[in-house]
Amino acid sequence: MNILILIGIAMLAPVAGGLLTGIDRIISARLQGRQGPPLLQPFYDVLKLCQKESIEVNSMHRFFVYISLAFVVFTTVILLSGGDILLAIFALTLGSVFFVLGGYASNSPYNTIGSERELLQIMAYEPMVLLTCVGLYYAENSFFVKDIVAAQTPSIVYLPGVFVGLIFILTFKLRKSPFDLSMSHHGHQEIVKGITTEYSGKDLAVIEVTHWYEVIIALALVYVFFATAAPMSHVFAVIVCLLVYFLEIIIDNGAARVKWQQALKSAWIVTGIMGTVNLIILSFFK
Amino acid sequence: MSVVKKSPWILHYDGTSCNGCDIEVLACLTPLYDVERFGIINTGNPKHADILLITGSVNEQNIPVVKQLYEQMPDPKAVVAVGICATSGGIFAECYNVVGGVGKVIPVDVYVPGCAARPESIIDGVVKALDILEVKRKKR
Ligand code: SF4
Repeated sequence: MNILILIGIAMLAPVAGGLLTGIDRIISARLQGRQGPPLLQPFYDVLKLCQKESIEVNSMHRFFVYISLAFVVFTTVILLSGGDILLAIFALTLGSVFFVLGGYASNSPYNTIGSERELLQIMAYEPMVLLTCVGLYYAENSFFVKDIVAAQTPSIVYLPGVFVGLIFILTFKLRKSPFDLSMSHHGHQEIVKGITTEYSGKDLAVIEVTHWYEVIIALALVYVFFATAAPMSHVFAVIVCLLVYFLEIIIDNGAARVKWQQALKSAWIVTGIMGTVNLIILSFFK
Repeated sequence: MSVVKKSPWILHYDGTSCNGCDIEVLACLTPLYDVERFGIINTGNPKHADILLITGSVNEQNIPVVKQLYEQMPDPKAVVAVGICATSGGIFAECYNVVGGVGKVIPVDVYVPGCAARPESIIDGVVKALDILEVKRKKR
């Protein structure tokens, strides 16, 4: 029975993620005064990529993408089944690191630049993700998602600053402007196609599906801030998740890509101010 | 299932053109024509592309470039030559360094005539190329 739930999570998460990406593309197009693609366009893209030839630069650079997917699926399953949020975050980081290694493995200059930028992005957002976990533990005395979402008061009451910081770094994780340095999720061009330049066919489809999982992971992190023991709070949490996603789409369309120095600096400043100050204040009251 | 028809990704290469056709190609992406309605994306990366859109004729300098772009695209793939320059060399045909149309170097599937080709006819050409892509996919 438990196994079935886990498999169900692993199957349904990408469907939800793909639909969200489809909505994202339609809203982005509308913001630009265009009609936009059909809702199911991300699924068409992935199915098409599966039917195409996968050009193999070397065996390793494909292998890393699949490993990365495995870790991201693992993270999703842990988070959504109420597991240890710390374990989930470390597995997610491992997934990103394997993705970077895949970029380096192909030895192409475009991929290498993309990988370096991806590493910078990881450096930029990782401290805030860790502070989020620490903050949630501080507030609810548990690293388990199932305990955090069963609390009496929602974590957002204790951690408003951490929440703002998390929203800020989610722009990195969702690959949105102004922080889409290593690869952007839309038609924006960067240095060819950043870290995904050398991937084609099935490998590119896997990268896309990995991104769908990551969207769900990002929104799950938002969700735990609002969910409590009261059933209505879960509905409210889902609405907040959708609002956050909508906000990210608007930021994406309203901002130009920044230089890596600015990306790193702003992320760390926000982490420093919003995250640490919030935790210090919380430590006085708890 | 013919999903390839629902998400053709395009690579645009500019040979020896006057840039008239290039502007028309880019016009297809604007809100007026909005080719993303059909799932068409301008990728700028041969390894992600399904359709190679070439404007302008081929000259001695860009023969290896055109060939390499074509070879780097994963199968199934199609080539659309946009404008009369890409078809036969057009107004530049007599130039000392111009070889002629794109068909001299790589196999072309669809020719879109016009000087410059209208965005409507470019979209039409891409749609024709989709049928060819589907046939090529079945043959693989
Ligand atoms: S066909 Fe005409 S408009 Fe197009 S590139 Fe040639 S000369 Fe320019």
